[in-house]
Amino acid sequence: MTDLIKLTVSEALKGLKSRQFSAVELTKAYIKQMEEGRKYNAYVVETTEQALEQAKLSDEHYTNGTNRALEGIPLGVKDLFCTKGIQTTACSHILDNFVPQYESTVTQNLLNNGSVFLGKLNMDEFAMGSSTETSYYKPAVNPYSKDKLLVPGGSSGGSAAAVCANMCAAATGTDTGGSIRQPASFCGITGIKPTYGRCSRWGIIAYASSLDQAGPMTKDVRDAAIMLKCMAGYDPKDSTSANIEVPDFEKVLGQDIKGLKIGIPKEYRSDGLNKEVASYWDKAAEMFKLRGAEIVEISLPHTKYALPTYYIIAPAETSSNLARYDGIRYGLRINGEKADDLYINTRTKGFGAEVKRRIMIGTYVLSAGYYDAYYIKAQKVRRLIKQDFEKAFEKCDLILTPTSPFSAFEIGDKSMNENPINMYLNDVFTVSVNLAGLPALSLPIGLDSKGLPLGMQLIGRAFDEETIFKAGYALEEDVAFKRK
Amino acid sequence: MTYTIKTEKNEWEIVCGLEIHCQIISKSKIFSGASTEFGDDANVNVSFIDAGMPGMLPVLNKECVKQAVKTGLGLNAQINKHSVFSRKNYFYPDQPNGYQITQYEYPIVGKGAVKIDLSDGTSKEIGITRIHIEQDAAKSIHDLNPKKSYIDFNRAGVGLMEIVTEPDFRSPEEAGAFLRKLRSIVRYLGTCDGNMDEGSMRCDASISVRLKGEQKMRERAEVKNVNSVKFAMQAIENEAKRQVEIYEQGGTIEQQTRQFDQTTGQTKFLRLKEYADDYRYFPEPDLPPLYLTDEYIENIKKEMVELPDAKKDRFIKDYALTAYDADILTESRQTADFFEQAAKGHDGKKVANWILGDLFANLNANKLTLEQSPITPEMIGELVDLIAKNVISGKIAKDVFVYMWENPKMPSQIVEEKGLKQVTDTGAIEAVIDSVLAQNPDNVAAYKAGKVNLFGFFVGQVMKASKGAANPQMVNEILKKKLG
Repeated sequence: MTDLIKLTVSEALKGLKSRQFSAVELTKAYIKQMEEGRKYNAYVVETTEQALEQAKLSDEHYTNGTNRALEGIPLGVKDLFCTKGIQTTACSHILDNFVPQYESTVTQNLLNNGSVFLGKLNMDEFAMGSSTETSYYKPAVNPYSKDKLLVPGGSSGGSAAAVCANMCAAATGTDTGGSIRQPASFCGITGIKPTYGRCSRWGIIAYASSLDQAGPMTKDVRDAAIMLKCMAGYDPKDSTSANIEVPDFEKVLGQDIKGLKIGIPKEYRSDGLNKEVASYWDKAAEMFKLRGAEIVEISLPHTKYALPTYYIIAPAETSSNLARYDGIRYGLRINGEKADDLYINTRTKGFGAEVKRRIMIGTYVLSAGYYDAYYIKAQKVRRLIKQDFEKAFEKCDLILTPTSPFSAFEIGDKSMNENPINMYLNDVFTVSVNLAGLPALSLPIGLDSKGLPLGMQLIGRAFDEETIFKAGYALEEDVAFKRK
Repeated sequence: MTYTIKTEKNEWEIVCGLEIHCQIISKSKIFSGASTEFGDDANVNVSFIDAGMPGMLPVLNKECVKQAVKTGLGLNAQINKHSVFSRKNYFYPDQPNGYQITQYEYPIVGKGAVKIDLSDGTSKEIGITRIHIEQDAAKSIHDLNPKKSYIDFNRAGVGLMEIVTEPDFRSPEEAGAFLRKLRSIVRYLGTCDGNMDEGSMRCDASISVRLKGEQKMRERAEVKNVNSVKFAMQAIENEAKRQVEIYEQGGTIEQQTRQFDQTTGQTKFLRLKEYADDYRYFPEPDLPPLYLTDEYIENIKKEMVELPDAKKDRFIKDYALTAYDADILTESRQTADFFEQAAKGHDGKKVANWILGDLFANLNANKLTLEQSPITPEMIGELVDLIAKNVISGKIAKDVFVYMWENPKMPSQIVEEKGLKQVTDTGAIEAVIDSVLAQNPDNVAAYKAGKVNLFGFFVGQVMKASKGAANPQMVNEILKKKLG
């Protein structure tokens, strides 16, 4: 029975349907693993009792034949998703004890599909970071850590660690600049950031509204396809959600990729690129070629401006999105003489350093006299970045890049912590995708010389996750990465 | 009429523009489904969106858009087919998100014009700069507790139209006439109830003065939250006088925000404009730009009701009313409808006289609105008819009106019951006259001797004897004959 936790979602669904094991048994196995994996600090809230209740109900559904798409599948939920009756803090001190009275659309969709929630997963505070080190609840730990503790990546680091260490069958993540893909890469799992608008943002605590997207973090590509199908869909409560039908992504898995044009952006291939990453990149291209896909060189000339553009737009939106945490209505409040003192005291104590840094950057770039030079300019560059991709997709169907320029680093890494720019470089291959609103998948390609996983990224056209899944599934087969 | 402030040395002219916040009439708030009901218990009409809860997203209420377009059309303004929502960022306890969703660079309504009529019989056109739609703030309550402030979020998120005029006002009277006209238009359209005392229509005035003939505008003061037409006129007059006094004493005016004090009628200094907040406006990422089609605008045009100006012209033409009477009758749609209903098939001019005279006098004396009037339009119409058909005299009609007011019945019924029917039978009148003449032989002799002004005495006696029922015209004619 110990192997239950190693099953993928699709395998577990088969076992549940054929009554080889019950949902309660499956949930219990995960709960046991959660206890054993507490050293990874992946969960910030455990809801095991509720999970067992849900599992019981799932078993009834199986008995009655009313089982749904994810019936009885134990999931972890990133703490950015508001969950009704369950503490949700975005791993920030400022949301101390906040218990939403509402369920985010994405998690509600998962519940409606019969899934079981094991708890809330650790993350960088308000999803700002690439290591979970900005979490108010201390960093999550990469299960690949040996002698020294490594970061699981971020911001969805708790989700990646939990999936990697089999502490849930799959997890939800969110991705604003790479927050699903980079931790997936660091922890040797699969994650997809769907097209902007594919998943509703309603009930997800906002970091940067024009970039945030929810997506699944899973053990393999098939699970990602199953999970995304259940999470996605038009939501009238989110005016930026797309009124487009969600295809059955699982259907395309195993389809031939012969003739598929795979673009390699020449600008990503810099001299400074990590040799191991570069060689895996070549290997992935080679694998596609062997399957009859065509490798084409493409150009994304404005890609070099993606990080600076991101670090203007995201903080600008953040400075406004986080203004509501003022100590007046919920969460932390530290009183003062006047209303202004209350704000200053609460926000000074409530926010961590990285969040403050981004609020300040954002406030600055939106200020009178700087707005045109920064925000407006960044919006223009964003449009150019988007156009780069549109042009590239005239020549290819998918774009292949590494997910991250390196593998997991140590918790407390000096260069990352002393210079935030170094930390921001984690997202150098991923942010442009968010700026363009495109879908992109990360899947493990292999281990580096340190024995740490590396990921490859497949970027697709807007609302064409199907091509990504099709190619990702083929690559996954060829790579045959051994999960933990 | 030129209005100036004359001093010993100079003649000063007022330059004033208005900004009017109108609460939009809609069932639910502009970005949430909560009710807009006024006067409910505190904090009952508050959705998660209105309370600025984490992860909540605004959804634009189409009804508010329609109301703004209607208002724009009513003010003869350009409807912008493309408009954009922006965030205006500032911290205040009654601003739950830390920003207000408003429109900044691209408002829904552009330039327009409103005609106002002035007491000297002239009229003037006031330019409308723009109308944009936005959300109202919550209400801070400071007077319930000496140490605490309370917030009522019922108002938070109610839709507002901010109507901005050109600096076209040259006198308090013009501003007053405009406010009344605007109130009348929005009430006709049903887009705002225009109740300034309840705060559903609020006015800020930008006021400066300059020497007569001067072309340039001088520094202005903005006077906030003036909540009646009378106060607006007072604020403009007194603020202009204050500025003139400062200039005459060799001082200067700095751009500033002032507050109107209802008890003194004066304006009080609030803050200098140079310390004004930097609102860091940027496009609202949670709402896509608003696009309106020609068809949509055309459909609203078709639904437009007849507005006061058009109605007034028609009343003058169709009912031969004076401009003054037509103006009063068309100020509110209820009055105009009442009049038209009463005038249907009757003499409009006479109907107008009854409404503007006896009816309004009685309503005012009893502090009643037209809707509460015991007298219906049909009663007025019939009353006018009874006089025209010589059933009762104008004098008796006054009595009938009093009966009607106290005991609402159709006038014909009152005439019947009280036996007020005018006597038009020549024989009957002759009999009364004969008896009067017989009783006053001395006066008859005096009359015949040339004291012709005794004629009135005989008429009075005859009317008295007939208890007012005799037709006065017939009395006149027969008397003349009898007296030779």
